[in-house]
Amino acid sequence: MFYREAGDFKTSYVDDNQTFPIKFDRYRYYVVLFAAFAIVPFIINDYWVNAVFLPFLIYAIAAIGLNILTGYCGQVSLGTGGFMAVGAYACYKLMTGFPEVSIFIHIILSGGITAAVCVVFGLPSLRIKGFYLAVATLAAQFFLVWLFNKVSWFYNYSASGQINAPERTIFGIAVTGAQTAPWAAYLFCLIFTFASAIIARNLTRGMTGRKWMAIRDMDIAAEIIGVNPLKAKLSAFAASGFFVGIAGALFFAVYLGAVEVGEVFGITKSFLVLFMIIIGGLGSIFGSFAGAAFLVLLPVLLKNVLVGTLGWPTDLAAHLEFMIVGALIVIFLIAEPHGLAQLWRVAKEKLRLWPFPH
Amino acid sequence: MPEQLVFAMEVFLNGLMAGVLYALVALGFVLIYKASGIFNYAQGVMALFAALTLVGIMEGQVPFAHLINAMLGTEIHHFGWHVPGVLAILFTMAVMVGLAWIVNTLIFRHLVNQEPIILFMATIGLAYFLEGFGDIMWGADIKKLDVGLPQGINLWIDETTFNIFDYGFFIDNLDIVATVVAALLVCALVIFAQYTKQGRAMRAVADDHQAALSVGISLNFIWVMVWSVAGFVALVAGIMWGTKSGVQFSLSLIALKALPVLMLGGFTSIPGAIVGGLIIGVGEKLFEFGFGPMLGGATENWFAYVLALIFLVFRPQGLFGEKIIERV
Repeated sequence: MFYREAGDFKTSYVDDNQTFPIKFDRYRYYVVLFAAFAIVPFIINDYWVNAVFLPFLIYAIAAIGLNILTGYCGQVSLGTGGFMAVGAYACYKLMTGFPEVSIFIHIILSGGITAAVCVVFGLPSLRIKGFYLAVATLAAQFFLVWLFNKVSWFYNYSASGQINAPERTIFGIAVTGAQTAPWAAYLFCLIFTFASAIIARNLTRGMTGRKWMAIRDMDIAAEIIGVNPLKAKLSAFAASGFFVGIAGALFFAVYLGAVEVGEVFGITKSFLVLFMIIIGGLGSIFGSFAGAAFLVLLPVLLKNVLVGTLGWPTDLAAHLEFMIVGALIVIFLIAEPHGLAQLWRVAKEKLRLWPFPH
Repeated sequence: MPEQLVFAMEVFLNGLMAGVLYALVALGFVLIYKASGIFNYAQGVMALFAALTLVGIMEGQVPFAHLINAMLGTEIHHFGWHVPGVLAILFTMAVMVGLAWIVNTLIFRHLVNQEPIILFMATIGLAYFLEGFGDIMWGADIKKLDVGLPQGINLWIDETTFNIFDYGFFIDNLDIVATVVAALLVCALVIFAQYTKQGRAMRAVADDHQAALSVGISLNFIWVMVWSVAGFVALVAGIMWGTKSGVQFSLSLIALKALPVLMLGGFTSIPGAIVGGLIIGVGEKLFEFGFGPMLGGATENWFAYVLALIFLVFRPQGLFGEKIIERV
């Protein structure tokens, strides 16, 4: 009833091309933004920030990054964990090397460094396709983790082999380190997530994004109509690496504070982010958020129900969680291969007609 | 003979043996990929599940004991009997066939005609499910698997090499058994694929689903059969790896070891899996021997992938893979 295009007249091309063409959608988007920036920071506590909001926001950035590469450009990557580690270690080296520079710049720079590394590992994609490429990206995953484990320069020769985020402030407010207030960490990540989503959305609907999608749908055909596969594939790797690197840097600096590379950025992380974009929806920015929310909330929910309410042992709950996640992935693929984003699209189509049958 | 060279020879031989074990896992991948175009990531977890089931049956464990105890507050763990190895293997095989049927009926029948990448994702989901399921069914603790395979240093090789080089090679008996078993398995698979009716039908399905369907081959039957054969290969791999290093979660990670083998050998070739396995096994052991100390060790984690990656840049379909022809 409220979800209508009728009466919403577009008088310019800019209006016509906006991300949310329907008025209801637009207002909903503003309400969500308002709530995220102006309401949530005042009401959240430590538990909610650490268990739900921070992982959600950071994984959303990583999922957007991987979605650009896999969902939009069709290059399956299993190296996300390794690339996140690059972001984390780049951020650590920058933070300890140039303490006077703002952490804001450090995180963006570590995104840039990860983009460069990602392009190097993306080079084989020009020759290798499909599964072979997916397996080839595992080389990046294992090599990078090994590198950060073995070369002590990366962790400043610390005895434990860990990296610890020193305390950094923005406008006098701590955003990393032990003294961080929950709302500060939340807002800091939110700014990055918000910016990433807007940049990614505009990248993917512009010329660059259309080139990626042409490559995804069929690279030979795309080449014939004049898309340069070298530029398109490598730019997808670079854009993906940038976002994944930022996610890795935030994951280390703001969320965890201390990182041991093999544990945090192992192969399971790569699969986790991949699952997020499958469940959320390949080739959709909204899907990245939906998938991240789903896979962050599901374990919290299961843990609360199984361990908290039913009183089962934690290890049993962990095994059940594996089973449920696995089963959900399969069920999603069978019922809706295009993920939560497609369900959302279908719901919107239905809403436009509701309550009339036609 | 210089000492280094003798050491390198020992490393080479051990690499060959390790390669055979990788090849065993890779074989399961190739079988399913050839017949159904599904890249089965769950192969490693299937090996783990098979090994867990085998140990569980041999020890007479109560399935889901942990879950039942948590729900009902009981304290049951074992039935109190022991099943001999051969019988337990037969039971486990039956379980794997049942698993194949369930996987095919519940999952892959509904995903016919989907893109390969969707099928791949589904097998990752299956891998997660099986991992949790296996742990819930049989418990997550490390188990010892002993079906009576010989283990320990082979004294004959030790003595012979000592007489020749003044240095006894350390070759594990289990590795030798694994090599023989792998060789037999490959021969059996080749004979099965070339000379039996079902094997020919399997190759027909691998070639062209629709054409196979039109000459009256039941796709469902072939797929269940192929998954069962892959389950059997997984069981063999599970027994070998389980005897070597205990039945535990890390067993499922051998799937990751098999992936570079597949890339190197080509996804569609059985000989490729064997040759690829040997190259990877020898390559990573020799690299670790030669350059590991210089680079800080543990190069085995990534060397296989990098080797396969570099190789693929020059030959994108692997050693024995079918030539990739793309048309618009």
